[in-house]
Amino acid sequence: MKGNEAFAEAAIRAGADGYFGYPITPQSEVMEYLMAEKPHERTGMIVLQAESEIAAINMVYGGAACGKRVLTSSSSPGVSLKQEGISYIAGAELPCVILNVARGGPGLGTIQPAQSDYFQSTKGGGHGDYKMLVLAPSSVQEMADFAGLGFELAFKYRNPVLILSDGAIGQMMEKVELDEQRPRFTDEEIKNNTPWATTGKTKDRERNIITSLDLDSYKQELHNLDLQAKYREMEKNETRYEAISCDDAEYLIVAYGTSARLSQKAVDLLRAEGIKVGLLRPITLFPFPTAVIAKLADQVKGILTVEMSAGQMIEDVRLAVGCRVKVEHFGRMGGIIPSPTEIVDAMHKKIIGG
Amino acid sequence: MAEITKEELRQPENLIYKKTDLLTDKALSYCPGCGHGTAHRIVMEVLDEMGIQDQTIGIAPVGCSVLAYEFMNIDMQQAAHGRAPAVATAVKRLYPEKFVFTYQGDGDLAAIGTAETIHACNRGENIVIIFINNGIYGMTGGQMAPTTLPGMKSSTSPYGRDVATMGNPLKITELIAQLPGTIYVTRQAVHTPANVRKTKKAVRKAFENQKLNKGLSFVEIVSNCNSGWKMTPRQSNEWMVDNMFPFYPLGDIKVND
Amino acid sequence: MAKVKGDIVIDIEKCKGCEVCIPACPNDVIALSKNVNGKGYNYAETINDECIGCANCAIVCPDGVITVYRKRME
Repeated sequence: MKGNEAFAEAAIRAGADGYFGYPITPQSEVMEYLMAEKPHERTGMIVLQAESEIAAINMVYGGAACGKRVLTSSSSPGVSLKQEGISYIAGAELPCVILNVARGGPGLGTIQPAQSDYFQSTKGGGHGDYKMLVLAPSSVQEMADFAGLGFELAFKYRNPVLILSDGAIGQMMEKVELDEQRPRFTDEEIKNNTPWATTGKTKDRERNIITSLDLDSYKQELHNLDLQAKYREMEKNETRYEAISCDDAEYLIVAYGTSARLSQKAVDLLRAEGIKVGLLRPITLFPFPTAVIAKLADQVKGILTVEMSAGQMIEDVRLAVGCRVKVEHFGRMGGIIPSPTEIVDAMHKKIIGG
Repeated sequence: MAEITKEELRQPENLIYKKTDLLTDKALSYCPGCGHGTAHRIVMEVLDEMGIQDQTIGIAPVGCSVLAYEFMNIDMQQAAHGRAPAVATAVKRLYPEKFVFTYQGDGDLAAIGTAETIHACNRGENIVIIFINNGIYGMTGGQMAPTTLPGMKSSTSPYGRDVATMGNPLKITELIAQLPGTIYVTRQAVHTPANVRKTKKAVRKAFENQKLNKGLSFVEIVSNCNSGWKMTPRQSNEWMVDNMFPFYPLGDIKVND
Repeated sequence: MAKVKGDIVIDIEKCKGCEVCIPACPNDVIALSKNVNGKGYNYAETINDECIGCANCAIVCPDGVITVYRKRME
């Protein structure tokens, strides 16, 4: 299956109630698959093509505020349009899943894959102090797995979860194992599990209000402090990464998503040369695996970050490392995927020989 | 004729009108004489009379009525500026058996949210849209709105709206009536007892339409903004009759039964 | 002859003195008080006993501060 299709099928199986989207390359297969699959007949899930990405994300807001499992998908320019809605969702503390099958920018850029939305994904994107929980798949299998995991985490923390993929993984075909169909939430489950949801004010409770507004500055600050406490909790519990060949590593590559796949090949090539290189692949970009990178910094002589961007994640790696070892960036932009031999060369030039 | 004391008269059996329990006891944040309060009350009275408080989800906009959820004793969501029809679309699609309405002002509905308004209406979402048109941005301090009349002064059209440079006022209600998804489109007012009664009938009809899955009902309420218009409440109602009504005539625009 | 006797109760602390109720009353029962409430508004008050309980004032009151009673007198 294609990565985009695997994500769509996995979303149905995760018990999603609603998908709201707008076409954009390279992720249009998500909605195409859903429309063709008629999930309304399978599970009762609704699929709606909105008039814009802005409308789509606000539909997600409305659905999430009802305690439903809702999601949207888009690609970089479309995700930029969604930022206002995402800020509202984060402010009102609503659970949802957002997929970004990223492409090169800025502006209309290109339809080819890129990783230049790291800052937007992990540092806010919209206005205000908020964080999304960001998952970065590096395979079609993870595209599928993260749909279900995304909902789980979104509801656990009442927070938007962003799946930051890219055009390569979205379009790539691989074998994938899918979970069994999970039932959609019943009305009873929504009432019990999300008692804050707007489902109609019954006599036995006060009215439920979903809003991000509080004009009282003291209350608004308290709300912000609560959000920050939640983000610290995520950092404590949800940091995910994969360490490949790191045990004896003298040099380290840090890369996620498509870059991590290519870097893994580069690690093999470098090890064939007798150079002990490891790969640290962040699976969550927020929370970022700061602690493990800090620990590896005491072990290795230098770190290369590989990103399909001008170097964005490198800032978080440098924050983790401090000035203990050299940290350099290698990347390609504009939709170009770096080759493993380019990564090997960069490791030699920038880290080992540098 | 027997005389009666005030105490004898003020007994529950003689009570004929009191504020509905579907309005909270919180004092409305609107300016004195603002039609928003009356419009809020009409909507809540209709929900009360239909007995659907426990099945209704309201969507508040950005604008003066951003805090509608403080006053309406029902489950509510506060939407991003202009996006209420998109939010309502999802709520209704996910809960087709519940009643869903948006409550929006002219800036929210007819400027920043034009796309969401037109498309929700065109899809024929089975919701009710309550549209308060007072021809001005009230909350931000009286700036020009999409519905500000030609020549009308506002803080961003201090010499009056010059149509040549500032564009024409948008009769979005007439536009919406053209769309096949709308079933009922009407324009009302709330400045006199007779108008309040008519508006309440219109709002009731709109929610009855939703009950029967008929499609989208759109109720515009032409209202005043005495603060923004820089008049007393009574003057603003008179000005509204003399100036707003000729441009935005009251009455049903589309009724598909 | 049957006569209708009405009365209104105004929540003066919530009244904002907008005067919209005054022209709505067919019997000129309501006027603005010279006194002010806790918020500093001159509030609406009844000035005679001519009320017939038509509720016109209450249904145009934007703040919903008027409660209306009515009794048919034989």
